[in-house]
Amino acid sequence: MTTETWHPVSRLDVLPRDRAVPALVDDHQLAVVRLADDRVFAVDHRDPFSGAHVIARGIVGSATVDGVEVPTLTSPMFKQVFDLRTGRCLVDDSKRLATWDVRLRDGMIEVRPRASGAAEDQPEVAS
Amino acid sequence: MSEVAQHVVVIGGGMVAHRFVEALRSRDESGRWQVTVVAEEPRPPYDRVALTTYFTGRDPEDLHLGDDALWQDPKVSLRKGIRAVAIDRDGRHVTLATGETLAYDHLVLATGSYAAVPPVEGSDLQGCFVYRTIDDVAALRGYVEALRREHPDRPVRGAVVGGGLLGLEAAGALRELGAQSTVVEFAPRLMPLQVDDGGGAQLRSLIEALDVTVRTDTATAKVLGARRGLVTGMRFADGSDLDVDVVIFATGVRPRDELGRGAGLAVGERGGVVVDSDCSTTDAAISAIGEVACIDGRVWGLVAPGYAMAEVVADRMLGGTATFPGADSSTKLKLLGVDVASFGDAFATAPGCLEVVYADAVAGVYKKLVVSDDARTLLGGILVGDASSYAALRPLVGSELAADPSAYLVPDSGGLPAGDDLPDEATVCSCNNVSAAQIRGAVTDDGCCSLAEVKGCTKAGTSCGSCLPLVKKLTDTALEAAGVAVSRGLCEHFELTRAELFNAVQVTGARTFSEIVERHGRGRGCDICKPVVASILASLYGGHILDGEQGTLQDTNDHMLANLQKDGTYSVVPRIPGGEVTPEGLIEIGRIAKDFDLYTKITGGQRIDMFGARVEQLPLIWRRLVDAGFESGHAYGKSLRTVKSCVGQTWCRYGVQDSVAMAIRLELRYRGLRSPHKLKLGVSGCARECAEARGKDAGVIATDKGWNLYVGGNGGFTPRHAQLLAEDLDDEGLIRAIDRFFVYYIRTADRLQRTAPWLEELPGGIDHLREVVLDDALGIAADLDAAMEQHVSSYSDEWRDVLEDPEKLARFTSFVNAADVPDPSLRYEQERGQRRPVLVAGERIEVRR
Repeated sequence: MTTETWHPVSRLDVLPRDRAVPALVDDHQLAVVRLADDRVFAVDHRDPFSGAHVIARGIVGSATVDGVEVPTLTSPMFKQVFDLRTGRCLVDDSKRLATWDVRLRDGMIEVRPRASGAAEDQPEVAS
Repeated sequence: MSEVAQHVVVIGGGMVAHRFVEALRSRDESGRWQVTVVAEEPRPPYDRVALTTYFTGRDPEDLHLGDDALWQDPKVSLRKGIRAVAIDRDGRHVTLATGETLAYDHLVLATGSYAAVPPVEGSDLQGCFVYRTIDDVAALRGYVEALRREHPDRPVRGAVVGGGLLGLEAAGALRELGAQSTVVEFAPRLMPLQVDDGGGAQLRSLIEALDVTVRTDTATAKVLGARRGLVTGMRFADGSDLDVDVVIFATGVRPRDELGRGAGLAVGERGGVVVDSDCSTTDAAISAIGEVACIDGRVWGLVAPGYAMAEVVADRMLGGTATFPGADSSTKLKLLGVDVASFGDAFATAPGCLEVVYADAVAGVYKKLVVSDDARTLLGGILVGDASSYAALRPLVGSELAADPSAYLVPDSGGLPAGDDLPDEATVCSCNNVSAAQIRGAVTDDGCCSLAEVKGCTKAGTSCGSCLPLVKKLTDTALEAAGVAVSRGLCEHFELTRAELFNAVQVTGARTFSEIVERHGRGRGCDICKPVVASILASLYGGHILDGEQGTLQDTNDHMLANLQKDGTYSVVPRIPGGEVTPEGLIEIGRIAKDFDLYTKITGGQRIDMFGARVEQLPLIWRRLVDAGFESGHAYGKSLRTVKSCVGQTWCRYGVQDSVAMAIRLELRYRGLRSPHKLKLGVSGCARECAEARGKDAGVIATDKGWNLYVGGNGGFTPRHAQLLAEDLDDEGLIRAIDRFFVYYIRTADRLQRTAPWLEELPGGIDHLREVVLDDALGIAADLDAAMEQHVSSYSDEWRDVLEDPEKLARFTSFVNAADVPDPSLRYEQERGQRRPVLVAGERIEVRR
């Protein structure tokens, strides 16, 4: 899968707010999150700690990191918390979730793997 | 470690002996002392103070003190059921009744007391008892029960000679056994050593209200007997007679000092082996502790001074210099359910002292404080009918009061100290002699962060428990002051505890997380506070847990109405109320498991768990289960799980009640009840307890007359036995009590706090809970009942509701863009005829707490 191709996964308006859904892109499983303010993030569905594909079933929330409130998702398996913007694990530096670029076209969410070296904080798409 | 092990022999196996061994073993780090305890009774040390609870259906083993592991310690040998008959001081050995001798390097006499029977004619007739040991009370029970069978037409008539503390305990025991009870006291009032005339009069009227007859100013002249040598009556000094079948003598105790006398040790004028302030007798190799010791010219018949002596000797034997700190005769008791407390200079003997009395015969309360002549310093007091202020008042003895004395007596005047104004030297726990300073030190120096930790560290509140509310206050205040003020808030989003948040939500009526976090918190929540809010909303309003925004708050188990397994699939547990299932039901469960290739296992809660269901399969499995008459078993929820039962009266030849029917009734009543943690119940059809009900949050055990209810038990990481809340309840009474207990717990417990630690932390403990649940002491019973009624009437099966709601059903897809494609990463292999998951990668992780 090249980093140039955008893959449509779901219409934005059918997704629940503040909860993730799993999506399948080729053979790759990812978790797509629509926040209450309609920002959208996509990260790997595979939990790097347990190896199970469960990340989209975690609770979405926020955490204060260095004085900044960041959007988070907690793995439902062993409860590690991840920063949705970067995929960084806030409680254990050794593992992280891969993040995906997200854009919105005519109400459709499209994703593509984030190119290595791309800015980690590359902003999400606002609707 | 080069020291040669020395041998200490302890004669006596009572409470004080136990405390001595515990103290010595916990401090003797180098293992210098080998301990042998010679106990006359055929059982390990037990809680003699709680002897009367033997009649409330408790197992005698429940009275065992401390941890049985103490007796498995290789350094400790407990010789039960053996009497020591002589001490050879020159040869330093003890001779046992078996003829065996035990050599000692140090000897500790802890032989206690025997019950004194006055020299009254007929006191040796069959039907006369004393009240001192488990064997005594067991014999009493056997005798009364035999009489009841012999005379089914009339009540058994009992009398107690002695209206002191022990006498009233014994009267309570007779009452428990269903016998009539008359208390005969020589003095002009009951409990003459603890209360004054005013208190005695109030106590008398409270006790007479319980159908116990009281005769004061009465001397017993003779016990009358029939030809067979059985008791038939009593004759008093005024010539009057009373027909009785059973007489209990509770006229005091005498030290068991015969071994000391025989060995030539000095003995006090009124008995007791004389000891110095270091508890050593006239032979430095022999100590005496507890009720056998005569210290400062007197013998103490209370457990607290005995414990203090045990600690002194343990300290001395390891090279310490502890001395007996003195003691007072403060007591707080609940006799026949009546509170009585007496502390300090209760009889106002100090020169010039003043008495401040509050008496309310309507409320059945008598309270007196004794203060110094300037009315500023508290010297002592007596509380009858309501001793709730005892724990706060007693430590203030000798201190200046912060308010007018009357402020401490009038109900709800708010005069009681908050805990922070107690002087450091004030003794907070008199059973274990723990001062306010030690409790504060446990927080500031030893790093304790909770009541439970402070209890473990200082032992405060671990005996009678009457001081617990005060210990908690001191602990909280010290925590706050130390700035370690462990925030008790839920998480970074809420500074409130779960109980506080529950209240806040109830008061404001907020119904969504957004509204609640905006009002009471900050941020967007997390995996800690969101499920808590979901649980609170479920407890308060019912409704489906996946309705609207509430669905997004749920942890994955509640979100999927199934239990997440390590490979990301789920397990499914249909409800099988009371563990009762038809063959047809079993066959259908088997078919479903086979069709979906689910690994199948029987759970510990008497039902069947089916593993390996993928998200998109869940509704298909539920459809089959619902069609076969099953419903959700809530194995995924912080909610009622199972009600385990034995087969009960219907089939079991020992059963006395229908435990299965009751279990089913309870399970159907509480199914779906959301709570701070999972809830389990058990119902046993007889005292054999095959349902292991006492390991449950609410355990129900059948009796001849109804049901006994135990609460606060659990298995898991820290197993606890449930404690007796109420006895011989009828079906409706049982359900009402469980209703109130559950709702009270749900409203006040902390996040993920099970009932056992909740009860442990609850100020006042089981007694407080009993007052709330049975006596409606907080006036909230109607509210609790209404809350449970609302739950019961609004219950509906969560699986069926999803199947009937297309919007909810739509969530159960594997992928948002490929609804029926199974998770391609799942792998299985066969084991013992079923499949098991193979994880491609991953590692075991400690569960984050």
